Amino acid sequence: MWEKEIETVEEMEKLAAQIGGYLRPPDVLTLEGDLGAGKTTFTKALAKAIGITRTVSSPTFTIIKQYEGDFPFNHLDVYRLANSEEDLGWDELFYGDAISVVEWAQFIHEELPEHRLELVIHHTGPDSRRVECTPKGERFTRICEEIFT
Amino acid sequence: MDKNHYILGIETSCDETAASIVKNGTEIISSIVSSQIQQQKQFGGVVPEIASRLHVEQITLVIQEALNEAKLVPSDLEAVTVTEGPGLVGALLIGINAAKAFAFANQLPLIGVHHIAGHVYANQLIHEMEFPLLALIVSGGHTELVVMKSHGSFELIGETRDDAAGEAYDKVARVLGLPYPGGPQVDQLALASDESIDFPRAWLEKDSYDFSFSGLKSSVINYKHNIEQKGGKINHNHVAAGFQQSVVDVLTVKTVKAAKEYDVKQVIAAGGVAANQGLRKSLTTALEKEGIPFYVPPISLCTDNAAMIAAAGYEMWKSGVRSDLSMNGRPGMPLKSWNY
Repeated sequence: MWEKEIETVEEMEKLAAQIGGYLRPPDVLTLEGDLGAGKTTFTKALAKAIGITRTVSSPTFTIIKQYEGDFPFNHLDVYRLANSEEDLGWDELFYGDAISVVEWAQFIHEELPEHRLELVIHHTGPDSRRVECTPKGERFTRICEEIFT
Repeated sequence: MDKNHYILGIETSCDETAASIVKNGTEIISSIVSSQIQQQKQFGGVVPEIASRLHVEQITLVIQEALNEAKLVPSDLEAVTVTEGPGLVGALLIGINAAKAFAFANQLPLIGVHHIAGHVYANQLIHEMEFPLLALIVSGGHTELVVMKSHGSFELIGETRDDAAGEAYDKVARVLGLPYPGGPQVDQLALASDESIDFPRAWLEKDSYDFSFSGLKSSVINYKHNIEQKGGKINHNHVAAGFQQSVVDVLTVKTVKAAKEYDVKQVIAAGGVAANQGLRKSLTTALEKEGIPFYVPPISLCTDNAAMIAAAGYEMWKSGVRSDLSMNGRPGMPLKSWNY
């Protein structure tokens, strides 16, 4: 697991853009963290890095929003799928031609692909955060090595 | 004299199963809404899978009840209109499939309606829309300012860059530990409060009509953490009032500014958050001062209902818009004009 202390929103956006630069379909990045930790902020910066120009806004209400950039991009917030067995077509989403970011991914843990990048954002102050990054699989381990060392 | 035109509307995009019959796009003949709020409360929000199941149980009953109450039979109808999106895909599909079956069985045209166009056209059920008009759409999934130059023409001039207004309400309610649905509860606490915490307002760039509520949500969370770290307890009423003031302020100021810039004949509010008392009061006062007529539907027409879908569907039907039986639920459907 890698860790990074973040002091400002700009630093968080920089990290997100950096990670975004490495992602290719059908990569899946999961995001966990309390309300207000900055999951959507992180996703917006990541989306920009993969060429999405449309406004990336919160997917909480519809659970999933899809975008087109350099690659198709799925933005999910599965908070409301807690205690549910709903299948939103996971195979198509996670093994298709898109990059996916999944907020509150702990609620659909069993549906996630084995290889993925797991990010947890912790509040350490009003603007400061600690980001924990756990790569699952060799490719994501390499990406983390390049970003965090 | 022209014949009366009856349109059937069906709405199942989220947690209400609804059917309605509207006459000539302006008069509600029947409007049936079966709410799932009681059932969803125990889960702290809408659970999509449960929403779909409850829609299945209710949909045929609700449609039949809409016909019974209107004392009409399918052959009296001109068209079947249904919410095509945006919304929860599993929920949308129940209404769409019911509408397809009904349209096919009764040889009626089928028309897919955008949920937000429906919210806007809820206004047509209480007064005539006069163009150009400005619509402020505020709900759990949307915060948008739309200019309409004629029926069926929508120009998006501003939208949220992160959380929708209603979503911010629900998330702050979650932080305060209030039960679902959180928005109305925050509104009530705010109205009952004589004091309020000062939270920031996100105005964004000078000329922008976009909104941002995510920073406000974070401020509320930080405020709570700070007080609790010092061993104190936050006053829920004061927090709710401060939060509400910040949201309402931004919505009001941007709406009034846009109304003046686009020189509109009227401003209308639509969507679930338009039921918010604080927002209704603030917009009424501010627009009265500018001499711009302001309309907001009664609360029963602000929350999800099928009469609004039939009202919008009637205008689409008049313009010759038709869907076919391949219609699918579109969770991320963009609001597009059908007239230019």
